[in-house]
Amino acid sequence: MPFACIFVPDFPVEALLRAEPELRSQSLAVLEGKAPLQKVFAVNEHARRAGVDPGMTKLQIEACGGLVLRVRSLPQEATAHAALLDCGHSFSPRVEDAGCDTIVLDLAGLQPLFGPPPKIARALAHRASALGLEVSVAVAGNPDTAVLAARGFSGVTVIPEGKEAEQLGSLPVEVLFENPTRESVRLLETFNRWGIRKLRDLAALPNIALSERLGQSGVHLQKLARGATFHTLVPVESLLIFEEMIELEYPLVLLEPLAFLLGRLLEQLCARLEARALATQELRLCLELENGWQVEEIVMRTEARRSFHRTLRLPVPLLDSRTFLKLLQLDLKAHPPGAPIVKIHLAAEPVRPRATQSGLFLPPSPEPEKLELTLAKIAGIVGEDKVGSFELLDTHRPQGFRMQRFAPGSFSPQRHGDPEKDNSNILFPASSLSSSVSLCLCGENLVTALRIFRPPVDATVIMQDGKPASIHCPKNKETQGDILWAAGPWRSSGDWWEQGDWLRDEWDIAVQGETSIALYRLVRDRLGGRWFLEGTYD
Amino acid sequence: MSSLPLVSTAAIGRSVAVATPAWPSLVFERLSAMPKLAGVTSASRLEVRPAPQMVSSGVREIDALSGGLPRGCLTEICGPASSGRTSVLLAALAAATGRQEVCALVDISDAFNPHSAAAAGVNFEKMLWVRCGRLQKQSSPQRHRNTEKIEKIERPVKQGLRVVDLLLQSGGFGLVIIDLGDTPLKMARRIPLASWFRFQRAVEHTATVLFVVSQVPCAQTCASLLLKVSGKKLSAPSCQLSVETSPAHAQLLDGIQVQGELLRSRLERKPAGSVTTAFTTKVRAG
Repeated sequence: MPFACIFVPDFPVEALLRAEPELRSQSLAVLEGKAPLQKVFAVNEHARRAGVDPGMTKLQIEACGGLVLRVRSLPQEATAHAALLDCGHSFSPRVEDAGCDTIVLDLAGLQPLFGPPPKIARALAHRASALGLEVSVAVAGNPDTAVLAARGFSGVTVIPEGKEAEQLGSLPVEVLFENPTRESVRLLETFNRWGIRKLRDLAALPNIALSERLGQSGVHLQKLARGATFHTLVPVESLLIFEEMIELEYPLVLLEPLAFLLGRLLEQLCARLEARALATQELRLCLELENGWQVEEIVMRTEARRSFHRTLRLPVPLLDSRTFLKLLQLDLKAHPPGAPIVKIHLAAEPVRPRATQSGLFLPPSPEPEKLELTLAKIAGIVGEDKVGSFELLDTHRPQGFRMQRFAPGSFSPQRHGDPEKDNSNILFPASSLSSSVSLCLCGENLVTALRIFRPPVDATVIMQDGKPASIHCPKNKETQGDILWAAGPWRSSGDWWEQGDWLRDEWDIAVQGETSIALYRLVRDRLGGRWFLEGTYD
Repeated sequence: MSSLPLVSTAAIGRSVAVATPAWPSLVFERLSAMPKLAGVTSASRLEVRPAPQMVSSGVREIDALSGGLPRGCLTEICGPASSGRTSVLLAALAAATGRQEVCALVDISDAFNPHSAAAAGVNFEKMLWVRCGRLQKQSSPQRHRNTEKIEKIERPVKQGLRVVDLLLQSGGFGLVIIDLGDTPLKMARRIPLASWFRFQRAVEHTATVLFVVSQVPCAQTCASLLLKVSGKKLSAPSCQLSVETSPAHAQLLDGIQVQGELLRSRLERKPAGSVTTAFTTKVRAG
């Protein structure tokens, strides 16, 4: 029963490199602590070769040329660890969290799906690389051997069953101790005095003598060195939280470099979602702003003032980082943060991906991704509240409707000739139906439409015998002169129990225009005494 | 100056070809052997362009007049105020949404009435309403009042044209309507022909019906179908527009009697039976 271990060497460095992969080829050192007592916490291989070691002070390493310094970021390490777990879960349901930089997978039953263990190991390394992590992968017959091999050997390692002691023998004894504790330091010093440098040396020691000198801990270490331990994997139930963040070295002012960083974070998020066979329908962007900037749109509290939040809700689950980036760009262009940005936090709400199957006989409809982008672009031209579908409100108040998000939804087939839909004659009999004409039911009674004037056109009306006789609109020169015909008034009122009550009289009038007679709806606001043209019948 | 010889000495003594009755076949043979010009198709091989698919406009009389609205073409309906063109617009929307097609209305003047649409039977969920004419941020006081006034008239049209372009490029819409009904004539006529040509090319070979409502024909030669409507007379229980002694509260506007005329159709392959039609709209509560 094989087990695989994924180990991330120099984990704090790798966590930062996920957001800045261009630094991978440079010497990078991660600092921890408060200035001026900052010390090096982790370095990458290039920095190690340049002579920079963990524990050195910032002053000591400043003399090294070409060294890039970054401050340790715990949130970025948390997201890197989450990405590592996502990588493991994309292969096996049984994943043990063995540390912030190490996970162990149970590969039982995966060979028919992914192939032999060496192929699985290579696929794990490739998937982790796609998530921005350069890892070492080892496959062995028991979890502890896999962990030691992954920590000791770089790249992909496969240890056949029965060869654990032989393969592990060349590793230094330091690989047995993950974190330096007092006990581990004491044991290492003891091994050093005894001349034990490699695991094969430790494995060759007599068992009883070792237990007498070092106790059970020494015996356990010897078993580890021989690859003879086994422990039951404790799978982790990881929460489906998909977040990526980056702390910036200097504040960002322009939207273009922000878009570049957002694109990178979105790629990481989409890769993690894809690894779990999920999509997203909601993106939450939180930008931490530089202190000291007054932004009008943000709530007047010290802590809340520093954050800028935007939420992007999608009509259908999507998993295209380019579409997400374009939507975020359009949204930020319409709603800029208003202050320099020091930190970016992006979260995605995971949902099951949509499973749609196109039909041959379905009517044409826009693709959801294209439609969403088009709507965002249109909103940037006319305004967010000026594009969408509408909903009639349950009120008698004139113009009682509100705009809402346009979501055509899925096609629901309607039976032709549905009596609830329409009760008119069929336009063409089925027998004479040709391929060039589609069957459609038409209404017998065509509704007279009313075109609304927004805003309403103020009018001056002269009454005669209780009905409007002539009209004059200062802002609409076509509507002037005698009223040829009038019908009304129809009085309506409402909302008298609230502050926004209304009371109005409506007239239908005919006025001679330049070329023809035009029909209007004339309204008198009884509360304000104002006359105005509400619309024209057309 | 020495004179050039009319005939070179090398040519003297050569046999000169003399036209014979076999020349036409020889010429044809030589022409056939010549390499064919790239991109040139012989007329005998040109395929007949298929007629576009027609869909119902929602008005039986207009369907009988023109055969419906053609997919992949630009249809224009023009007429003055109170001529019934908006009623035809709503009928087309109701028919298209009834076919479960996604429709879009680019409302240049923001004159659309949702209640009339509801009375006409439009499915709101399938209809995208774009309301043009958003006010910009407060202009600087140095700007001339006339400039602001002109911009206020031009802005909705410019926005509308950009929005139509985006919608047509996005694709997937069954019906896209451009409502220029209340746009000033001067502004509507200033829409460049290149824009109409661009829209017409964008819907070509697609299933989208591009429908333009205006006061006067704007799309010119780009419209495959051009209809004109006019209000024939008022439909009211009383007589027409005469000074009546009956009180106003006894009067009721029933609807509009519409006269429709087919001005141009590039789709007919046989002569139309009639180029005019008439129908009536009904006023419903809304």
